Amino acid sequence: MSWIQDIIDPQARTWEDFYRNRHQHDRVVRSTHGVNCTGSCSWNVAVKDGIVAWEMQATDYPPLAGEIPPYEPRGCQRGASCSWYLYSPLRVKYPYLRGVLQDLWREARSQHDDPVDAWTSIVESPESRRAYQQARGKGGFRRIDWEEALEMIAVSTIYTIKKYGPDRVIGFSPIPAMSMLSYAAGSRFLQLLGGVNLSFYDWYCDLPNASPEIWGEQTDVAESADWYNSKFIAVMGANLGMTRTPDVHFLAEARHNGTKVAVLSPDLNMTSKYGDWWIPVHASQDGAFWMAVNHVILKEYHHEAPTPAFLDYVKRYTDSPFLIELEKRQDSWQPGRMVPAAKLTPYREVENGEFKFLVWDETSSAPRMPLGSLGFRWQERKGEWNLKMEDGLDGKPISPRLSFADENDEVLKVRFDDFAGTEKLLRSVPVRYVESDRGTIAVTTVYDLLMAQFGVARPGVAEGCARDFDDETAPYTPAWQEKYSGVGRDTVIRFAREWADTAQRTDGKCSIIIGAGINHWYHANLTYRAGIVALMLCGCVGKNGGGLNHYVGQEKLAPMAPWLTIAGALDWTRPPRFQNTPSFHYVHSDQWRYERAVDEEQLNPASHDGPLAGGHTMDHQVRAVKRGWLPFFPQFNRNSLDLAAAAQADGAKDAPAIVAWSVEQLKQKQLHFAVEDPDAPENWPRLWFIWRGNALSSSAKGQEYFFKHYLGTHSSAIAPETARDGVTEAVWREKAPEGKLDLVVDINFRMDTSALYSDLVLPTATWYEKDDLNTTDMHSFIHPLQAAVAPCWEARPDWDIFQDIARKVSELALVHLPEPILDVVAVPLQHDTPAEMAQREVRDWSRGECEPIPGKTMPGLVVVERNYVDLYQRMLSLGPGARENGLSMHGLTWSVQPEYDELLASRPVHQWDGQCYPSLERASDAANIIMHLAPETNGEVAYRAFVAEEKKVGLPLVDLAEKNRSVRTSFEDIARQPRRLLTSPCWTGISNDGRAYSAYCLNVERLVPWRTLTGRQHFYLDHQSYLAYGEHLPTYKPKLEAALLQDLVASEPEGRTIALNYLTPHGKWGIHSTYGDNHRMLTLSRGLHPLWINDRDAARIDLQDNDWVEVYNDHGVVMTRAVVSARIPEGIAFIYHAPERTVGVPKSPLRGGRGGSHNSLIRTRLKPNLMAGGYGQFTYGFNYWGPTGTNRDTFVLIRKLEGEPQW
Amino acid sequence: MNIRAQVSSVFHLDKCIGCHTCSVTCKNIWTDRKGAEYMWWNNVETKPGTGYPTRWEDQEHYRGGWDGEKQPLQLRSGGKGKGLLNLFHNPDLPSMDDYYEPWTYRYQDLFQAGQGSDQPVARSVSMVTGQPMDPQSGPNWDDDLGGSSLYAANDPSLEGLTPDERQQLFATERMAFFYLPRRCNHCLNAACVAGCPSGAIYKRGEDGVVLINQEKCRGWRMCVSACPYKKTYYNWTAGKSEKCISCYPRLESGEMPGCYASCVGRIRYMGVLLYDAAGIAATAGLPPQELAAAQRELILNPHDPAVIAQARRDGIPFPLLEAARQSPVYRFVKEWGLALPLHPEFRTLPMLFYVPPLLPVLAKVEGGVADMAQASFSSLEKARLPLRYLANLFAGGNEQEVEAVYRRLIAVRLQRRADSVGDLSAGEVEQAAAIVAPQVAREIYRMSALSSIKERIVVPPMAREMAIEAHTDPHEHRGANGFGARLAPARRW
Repeated sequence: MSWIQDIIDPQARTWEDFYRNRHQHDRVVRSTHGVNCTGSCSWNVAVKDGIVAWEMQATDYPPLAGEIPPYEPRGCQRGASCSWYLYSPLRVKYPYLRGVLQDLWREARSQHDDPVDAWTSIVESPESRRAYQQARGKGGFRRIDWEEALEMIAVSTIYTIKKYGPDRVIGFSPIPAMSMLSYAAGSRFLQLLGGVNLSFYDWYCDLPNASPEIWGEQTDVAESADWYNSKFIAVMGANLGMTRTPDVHFLAEARHNGTKVAVLSPDLNMTSKYGDWWIPVHASQDGAFWMAVNHVILKEYHHEAPTPAFLDYVKRYTDSPFLIELEKRQDSWQPGRMVPAAKLTPYREVENGEFKFLVWDETSSAPRMPLGSLGFRWQERKGEWNLKMEDGLDGKPISPRLSFADENDEVLKVRFDDFAGTEKLLRSVPVRYVESDRGTIAVTTVYDLLMAQFGVARPGVAEGCARDFDDETAPYTPAWQEKYSGVGRDTVIRFAREWADTAQRTDGKCSIIIGAGINHWYHANLTYRAGIVALMLCGCVGKNGGGLNHYVGQEKLAPMAPWLTIAGALDWTRPPRFQNTPSFHYVHSDQWRYERAVDEEQLNPASHDGPLAGGHTMDHQVRAVKRGWLPFFPQFNRNSLDLAAAAQADGAKDAPAIVAWSVEQLKQKQLHFAVEDPDAPENWPRLWFIWRGNALSSSAKGQEYFFKHYLGTHSSAIAPETARDGVTEAVWREKAPEGKLDLVVDINFRMDTSALYSDLVLPTATWYEKDDLNTTDMHSFIHPLQAAVAPCWEARPDWDIFQDIARKVSELALVHLPEPILDVVAVPLQHDTPAEMAQREVRDWSRGECEPIPGKTMPGLVVVERNYVDLYQRMLSLGPGARENGLSMHGLTWSVQPEYDELLASRPVHQWDGQCYPSLERASDAANIIMHLAPETNGEVAYRAFVAEEKKVGLPLVDLAEKNRSVRTSFEDIARQPRRLLTSPCWTGISNDGRAYSAYCLNVERLVPWRTLTGRQHFYLDHQSYLAYGEHLPTYKPKLEAALLQDLVASEPEGRTIALNYLTPHGKWGIHSTYGDNHRMLTLSRGLHPLWINDRDAARIDLQDNDWVEVYNDHGVVMTRAVVSARIPEGIAFIYHAPERTVGVPKSPLRGGRGGSHNSLIRTRLKPNLMAGGYGQFTYGFNYWGPTGTNRDTFVLIRKLEGEPQW
Repeated sequence: MNIRAQVSSVFHLDKCIGCHTCSVTCKNIWTDRKGAEYMWWNNVETKPGTGYPTRWEDQEHYRGGWDGEKQPLQLRSGGKGKGLLNLFHNPDLPSMDDYYEPWTYRYQDLFQAGQGSDQPVARSVSMVTGQPMDPQSGPNWDDDLGGSSLYAANDPSLEGLTPDERQQLFATERMAFFYLPRRCNHCLNAACVAGCPSGAIYKRGEDGVVLINQEKCRGWRMCVSACPYKKTYYNWTAGKSEKCISCYPRLESGEMPGCYASCVGRIRYMGVLLYDAAGIAATAGLPPQELAAAQRELILNPHDPAVIAQARRDGIPFPLLEAARQSPVYRFVKEWGLALPLHPEFRTLPMLFYVPPLLPVLAKVEGGVADMAQASFSSLEKARLPLRYLANLFAGGNEQEVEAVYRRLIAVRLQRRADSVGDLSAGEVEQAAAIVAPQVAREIYRMSALSSIKERIVVPPMAREMAIEAHTDPHEHRGANGFGARLAPARRW
């Protein structure tokens, strides 16, 4: 081996310094990535010569206890490419304004002394307006200086407030958890001025409605380390390798520890690789699979060989023993409402008896009223809101009966829905007769209804049920589901048995990891429920290693209570104006106008005819707002400031009088909700702040409608407007407005699509240039963002930018809005408030079915005082409200007075007007304020919050906080090392002593109720909307038919074309649109974001791998190239979420202009029963409840592009 | 006996996500500069697939590695003699198309475009010519592309598969793919070293890292063609070849290499192996099917007193021996028999070993309905990837080698299932325990699942003071280190 040289001469190796010099660096700073990505990975940023050189994962996470793999390292390919942005040619380095608008502005400024007059002259001139609106997105940016930019923004703000009202100023910034201060900067500004924050979780279609439906909880899940505790993991609609890159090792490692992994996915994806089973379920049909799994579990593990642990669990922790009244409707019996205690003589006088519910007690053989239901939560007497099976009247123990199968008064034939079939099913259900205030009623248990719904034949109650597992005609058998899911019955049966056996042997260590691949479908709530039923039936919820783990979009903002105080400006004014975005965009971007009622109502088949089901979705939307179910801004067709002034002028002396006056105006139809006539100019949103997000692209479902109706610029939508004859509740204006927005301000560090289409772009600091806080539900640590280098060029952190804007607004207010002024704020009926008891029956005041009573039959109205002159000072000061009112979350309130005073004593303060406040001037100070006030980072606050929770619940809980009482975690601490969050009553897991966090352990172990009607997990949902839509029981509704979707009304096949279901799963080379436009990710993929198509489908249109394709439908067009692979099944095509249209996108021959983003091919579609409100867990919460922006039921045409792409 | 120490690696493919974080980290630190744009010292490939550069495994075409037909071994590309003859025309070099033409985008157009009639866009442009281009290939073009008739079907390792096995790989419900991260193997019998006409390439004595001396390299590119893994690259700006340096500046500071520190799948293990350099020539000449086992034989037991004594005689410092005893690589490769070299038939004796991936149970498809209820857990009998294919990758075609690894991997898993759930039959558990003893199974499980980064990656002490002392007084060096001009990585001759 003579050629292997042993180099003796050390001088010959001094050249090695070549690479050493490259590697040597000067400073390492801990930070992370602050938007979109929910990984919350701790990174070390290396600085060399004052330039960020690269980033590398931190590996110093404190270990959890016991046999569990460590978290290190966390961070993926996308995060590792972040440093590319800092100095790249895509970086926004200076403020930019489109030249057309700048010219108009300078001209107007020279003609008007007052800048507000100047702005008025532009936006109120149709010509000027059209000139700069049509220029949007078409280049022509000019660099301007900060002061000019700030002035224009402040002027537009003042103009909008005065002319139309503050609720025409809107802001969009997604998912705060990743850089919560940057989010709070803008939202605090908006809320101080009375503006509107748009939600994101529901809009992204990431909110799993089944979670509030079943648990009354937005979302709570296990940290990823807890996957390791699971012994059977079913993954569906979640591509962990792609989207949970830093966590997926726990899945792989759990397998090595003997865990079975089953991956349900239509395509062979990155995660299937880890499965023992890859179950190639047809897209969106997982629900059918799970319904059959439940059939097997109920039959074998509940009925034939009842598993004591399972029965005990469902009795204690679910609504399964609760009594349901059967209602006679036409000729048959149907499941109806839960029986309220107040209907029965013994409980008639009970407080909130309409909201306390009954079970059948075996001992007394009578209905009894267990503790813990909604009525106990909001009653005067505290301490009875818990899951003890005791009667609320006399404290006697209750032994609930699950089923009347063995002991009943009669067996009735009850009608059940089969939405996939053509006929209604008649199945036998055992009942007891009970004397109520309305005479004798037939009642059964939720459990018996479940058995019947799933078609499980039991002795005496077998009629209409499935013959056996091979009975293809009976819904929900393993044989039945084959035609929907494409999965063999043997697989279903074996799956169900292994699932239940594993749960039995391990006390519930079966879990589902689920995500957007399920949740983005129209009927996602049903698919989720079907899976959750399997968890509940086997006692898997509230266990380490068990439960539903949904990781899409929400991402836990751990120190929620103090953060919300700051972000919502609740320390100064409340309530905030928080808007559910799906409704907002559905209405304001006019997507409702393209929806035909007759088609839409077939998409969501109803159980029976009635006023609550059917009709145009817009009608549901309008009614939901009027009833107080959903928020909507602008509120009214009048300026909310003028409204208060008019009331005062009309003699209203105080707030109640202003409210009463406003209600009367509504009643007399002198005042209207804006949602009733969204296309009237006075009801348009006017000024839009976009920061930390991509509101005009990756967050613009129906992008081309955004361009047309919001921006007034080019659009490639050709869909016909078909709503006209179907809508009854909203005004139809013949010509839809184009260009509703006066000004779009984008705050960004990259020139993404939103920036490109905005009027004004402000340069913001990247995540390596600012201080902030970051948490997630993927793990239980809290991380800082820190400035490794100062903000580059003229960039400023969001925290500072919004202070600057506030300063400018306050300066202008000295002239334009010098006095404090009253504002009327409309608030929907809110979750975690007594408004959960507002509407047992759905009634419409505007039809005279009841009186308009704010906060009861319609939205609450609250009069607040705005102070625009002090707005800037308030931005910078933690207001007295925090000290006086304490902090609140989920209906729990505790004082932070000592901590507030400690902040005044030991942290920076802000003084003005003779008062002294904890200072919010610097982001790092704000971070410390949050951490000092949060139960999750301050042990004493956790202790105090648990004391408050104990009082409500009436069971010992403070022991959970005892040991951690001395913990105080500061920003400086987490800069040194990630710190674990403390157990807090704001969340449902218990993470003491290094235990992995898993949701609902607090409920299961400490008997704290879920925030639902019964206080238990719900199989049964008796909101009248749910009954009308047939979703009161877990069920299956078929995939939406292409013919009804109105995607291809005006679009024709051009040449060889194929129509496919168009899916946009989360991808590998970006986190939403971030990273997907950078050089690294584009190089490692295909230089663009391709369309994935099956080889046989490709052959049908003569398409080869790498060919350019034109993908189009009525909504728009996408130009990209094809990837051909058998990995994708026939019938569906993927474009991974979410490409920018700014990089590598040619023009469309069919539509003329530049190809769009993936959202160009979409029109969002709201599911009406998800608007349900006013009752129990069906009450509004921001990002918590409401219809989601579904997008997956979409069809496109695909054709090969002939010739070269045109640029 | 001639004992040497080498910092070696195991990649646990069952855990690999295919996320490319390793690649990005490496690029950020080492190859984000002119002339190096197209280099990916570390890359990740989807298998079956053609890889980067395309079909690199096809030595009929690239003529890399050693020719096993001739004894003593000769480079397939013809060795130094032939190399010199071909200095100005090396027919075996991959072309730019085989790699890819690096491209970027005219991002600045988004800021600078004048007011127009349509939306401006950042077009792709070549980083070589600066001209607009439409990228046709890239360093990871076939990412996640199982079931592609263009890429997967052209994987050279599919050779020998039955038509049925091939067909299965292109049927949606029955196909499979996995990831193969690749970096320089820092081979014992490195072809690049042998191929270099300038003598610029050497293997460091202290850690076995193979380096191209950037002062001596004259850019002949014989290393590029000689390396069968195509892990040396020509920097077209500097006019020199470069390759993975195993992040020696980091190793020397006690830090793990970038791609290891950033491996979020936790698949990468690093540690010292002791081997007998005297056996290299004989081993490398064996028939392909014997190579994996023979290479294992070269690796010596660091706990054996005789080995320790000889190693001391051969100049290996104590701390390095201590590190060798902590080496997870030794356990995986030698003790547990779970890791195999990639393409041992190239005969370079690569020092990076792979644990092959478990994959889902193969589905049965009838009438459009897929069933997999025949087996609960990943098994060899219902395996998705034919053993033949894996044997072609990791064992010179020796299926028994690969099968033995799978039997052991599965046996560990089943024992863990039995311990943590207890739903296996006594017979199944006994059978598994016969394949891997329970105590060993537990250790394998701990190392595969629970190990911390410091257990996975054992960076040996590098005794820099002694290396520096050979030319400068370390005390003096301490104060002077880093002073002086740094040279840009550009052509200097």
